[in-house]
Amino acid sequence: MVRTILYNLVQLLFVLGFAPLYSGVLSRFKEIVQSKRGPSILQPYRDLWKLFHKDEVVSSETTWIFRFTPFLVFIVPLFVASLIPVLTDYPLAFAFMGDMLAGGFFLGLGGFFAALAAVDTGNPYGPMGASRTRMVGFLAEPVFMIVFFTVSFVAQSTIPYIVQQKWVASPAAFFSPAHILLLIAFLMLILAEGGRIPVDNPTGHFELAMIDESKGLEFSGRGAALMKWGGQMKFLVLTCIFLNVLLAPWGLATDVQPGHVLLAIPLILLKILLFTIVLVIIESSLAKLRLFRISEFLGAAFIISVAAMIASIFSASAA
Amino acid sequence: MASAQTQLIEGLNALDAGLILLTAFGMVATRQVQGVMRFFIVQSIFLAISAFLIGFNRGSIHLIALGVITIGAKAIAIPLVLKRTLPNDLYERREINQVINIPSSLLLALLLAIAAEFLVGPLVSVSTDPVVHVNLPIGLAGILIGAYSLVARREAIPQLVGILAMENGAFFAGVAIASDLPLIAEFAIAIDVILIAVVIGVLTRDITRTVGTTEAATMSELKEEPYEWR
Repeated sequence: MVRTILYNLVQLLFVLGFAPLYSGVLSRFKEIVQSKRGPSILQPYRDLWKLFHKDEVVSSETTWIFRFTPFLVFIVPLFVASLIPVLTDYPLAFAFMGDMLAGGFFLGLGGFFAALAAVDTGNPYGPMGASRTRMVGFLAEPVFMIVFFTVSFVAQSTIPYIVQQKWVASPAAFFSPAHILLLIAFLMLILAEGGRIPVDNPTGHFELAMIDESKGLEFSGRGAALMKWGGQMKFLVLTCIFLNVLLAPWGLATDVQPGHVLLAIPLILLKILLFTIVLVIIESSLAKLRLFRISEFLGAAFIISVAAMIASIFSASAA
Repeated sequence: MASAQTQLIEGLNALDAGLILLTAFGMVATRQVQGVMRFFIVQSIFLAISAFLIGFNRGSIHLIALGVITIGAKAIAIPLVLKRTLPNDLYERREINQVINIPSSLLLALLLAIAAEFLVGPLVSVSTDPVVHVNLPIGLAGILIGAYSLVARREAIPQLVGILAMENGAFFAGVAIASDLPLIAEFAIAIDVILIAVVIGVLTRDITRTVGTTEAATMSELKEEPYEWR
């Protein structure tokens, strides 16, 4: 019991510590593909360090929401990280505290407060970005739900650990038309939720075209650092769900030996590195979609996820 | 009891089937002529992979030869033929006009896929072969979605690709239930498909030369000018 709590804390530290590295590696790879050298992969850490040491400026027009939001955005991915399999194959202490829907709700809560805080400042760009994020959000929501329901229909459970074990234990479920459709739908979802390229440009500095970034424009100092770190952790957590629960449920520690749990860390990092390369290929070969084409992008994701659901229901009734 | 290798190959075939359904949706969702064509090529390659897998599993040399023919005819010959016969501006056209806009088209395609699963359900239940369970519904979905894009597209080339996608769907369903079809029949079909592409390609080129467009919606009046053969 003590051990599983300890490992849960190790998972949190993993997410906390490697989220900036993940975004650093991603941006570095992207620069290399564009024949530039790019900043060091440690640059996100330096950015966070610098921001934590700066003074924070808060407009006198804002309310408690603006001050409260960075902490919430920072803490929410950690909650989700304690619910999903990051390093271990077996449920940890907090695994049964909530299921995948709870994880979705947590992330939704963070997004909700981030949007409120953007409106709170009165800066014209904030509400614009917030409303766009909400647009992407409500289009992504049905896809999220259908993906989760299909997965839990296949695994007969909504707890991510049990879903992951189901894929490992039964190759027939892993290799099915439904599974590949689910993977594609969830990948499109990650691109939309993480503000990656076909939907949003994470490196853009043009306020009018921003979707996800403009919510954080008014934050400074510690608040900005927490928002940034929280966003990076959210992306890492989504990636962990995609890789460890859906795409490649192998390489996790299968027993309680501390050595094996620590050995899982480099394996997960390797998986994430491979996924980063795929992401870079996607991001470098596509152009950002026009705002009103985003609904088509997510509509396609929705269609794919429903097709997955249908395929899994029919193959289950046939078997 | 099937061996582990057989199961793995059946699993890979199932993944392949998912990708084929995905490319069928892709053909409905893209706006560009070239994008539609690319999805068709990718689908044909997945089709050939499926033929290879099933052929390997059943020890059928026919299916493997069939896969090679598919790649040769659909992934290489047809795109080349179309590229040669059609004027470039037609081939590189973006923003194809559609009768129904793309999100609704996708929803309809989804409904067709569901209908395919329903229709095939009783048929599939007599077989215990997992390949049949996977291939038949998705093959039928491919046929229906191809027929739909034939109806909904207004440009000649995407309509042609619709016909070819129907053929792909029939092929995918066919490899699962009739693995010992004589090779000569399959060969004839492959030649037929290339001929369809040539005929439609040439026709389309002549239509664009005389009328100036291949958009079906604008061709509501008969042209009665004498047509001199070139």
